[in-house]
Amino acid sequence: MENFMKPWPWYVSGPLITLVMLILIYFGKTFGMSSNLKTLCSIGGAGKYSDFFKFDWKTHRWNLVVVLGAIIGGFLAVQFLSDSSPINLSTHTIEDLETLGFQDPGKALLPSEIFSWDVVLSFKGIAILIIAGFLVGFGTRYAGGCTSGHAIYGLSNLQKPSLIAVVGFFIGGLIMTHFVLPLIFTT
Amino acid sequence: MKFLKYLLVGILFGIVLVKSEAVSWYRIFEMFKFQSFHMYGIIGSSVSLGILFIWLIKKLGIRSIKGEKIETVPKEKGLTRNLLGGAIFGLGWALAGTCPGPMFVLVGTGFFSMLIVIAAAILGTFVYGVLKDKLPH
Repeated sequence: MENFMKPWPWYVSGPLITLVMLILIYFGKTFGMSSNLKTLCSIGGAGKYSDFFKFDWKTHRWNLVVVLGAIIGGFLAVQFLSDSSPINLSTHTIEDLETLGFQDPGKALLPSEIFSWDVVLSFKGIAILIIAGFLVGFGTRYAGGCTSGHAIYGLSNLQKPSLIAVVGFFIGGLIMTHFVLPLIFTT
Repeated sequence: MKFLKYLLVGILFGIVLVKSEAVSWYRIFEMFKFQSFHMYGIIGSSVSLGILFIWLIKKLGIRSIKGEKIETVPKEKGLTRNLLGGAIFGLGWALAGTCPGPMFVLVGTGFFSMLIVIAAAILGTFVYGVLKDKLPH
């Protein structure tokens, strides 16, 4: 029980993500979270602006319910299933983050230097969140999937487009982490 | 009631993403710095088991809950769309430290500023849909 309340190691978490995917496959569905962003556009009336959003969104309600569950799961995990252990980051990561001006890296799930309301309500802070979210939403639909749809479901199905997309994810991620973040967060 | 099973799967997914720390901005930073095996272990073990079980499902002809044959939904081909779209996604993933599953989970954990990221991601999806026919795929 004590270990259950601590963060779970990768060899517990990884197989459980496979389990989630297999359950959805057994239900006759696929595993892909970014489709929900497209469904939400469709519900909001985006079909008026592009045929891309003209589809019967009601056939995608199941996936919105999965996301609703994921929100509830997030709430349950932090409220009842955690002992608020700090994240066991590598010492190199902590040093690198401190160099960029981050305080107490790993104390919470997210850095207050990006996500606290003080920062978010500044011009730079809100610009970071809007640009980041926009890139995620635009890129995922352009590539036809995200971490769940391409990296987990697509690779599990040995799909070549997913392998190319995951290479793309890393090209973008490495550029951001190694070259852009040091420009944004300078002390 | 037919949606209850999806709600339960979602709850499991949300709990796993928090308990694995895969929702953490710090873990994504660490992954792109190649400074820990953690995220590679999660994705690697998940994909390895996924390959094995999906192969088994097909080999044994296991049917879905509705009695239908389980088939792979093919991903769309195209080097430009997958590589360029993927790279754009990667830039956002490393900046926000979150992808389209975790951004919702994090709202549940109480990080409500994530709602701004979600709204921007919906906007990004919308803009892609509008520009789709003008972009190289």
